Amino acid sequence: MPARPDPLSPPVSVYALCAVGWLIPGAAHLWLGRRDKGIIFLVVLVLLFAAGVYLEGRIFPFQVSEPLVALAALANVGIGLPYFVAWAAGAGAGNVVAVSYEYANTYLIVAGLLNALVVLDAYDIAIGRKP
Amino acid sequence: MTSHLLLLVFFAVCVAIVMAVLQKDDRPGQIRLALYIAGGFIGSALVLGWVLYPLPL
Repeated sequence: MPARPDPLSPPVSVYALCAVGWLIPGAAHLWLGRRDKGIIFLVVLVLLFAAGVYLEGRIFPFQVSEPLVALAALANVGIGLPYFVAWAAGAGAGNVVAVSYEYANTYLIVAGLLNALVVLDAYDIAIGRKP
Repeated sequence: MTSHLLLLVFFAVCVAIVMAVLQKDDRPGQIRLALYIAGGFIGSALVLGWVLYPLPL
């Protein structure tokens, strides 16, 4: 079992940790010295998101008039930096007739949601709630 | 890639790895939980697929 890190001094360090962890999947765990976990999160989550883009999934826009689309967009943003890279590259337009379209959308949404879970896990470790 | 099964397996493995690493700290525990979660995803999808197969959906 890895050594328990000292709790970070709240609130700035913890918020900065969460922000970094959101922006770069796994970075918060790397910051806390959980190297193996951080690398696994970084590789798997970015791979899942990249596969979603490659398989012609859609990065959803924020449309308040369509609540489910807005929620999907919120989940997409959860992955952090890869979202903005894909957006800047013009990827994620989505091809609704592609066989993999629905799978790819699921990949994109779940990658963002899992990264949110990873950030919450890092937060719990940082404040000493989780060993 | 157009194989639904491969897309399903890829998704199941990725989610299983992340969930297992989140939940467990020791490597054997992580591997066991990841296999359990991935097996649950894939097995339940195959069972549901065969159960729904005769239905005129």
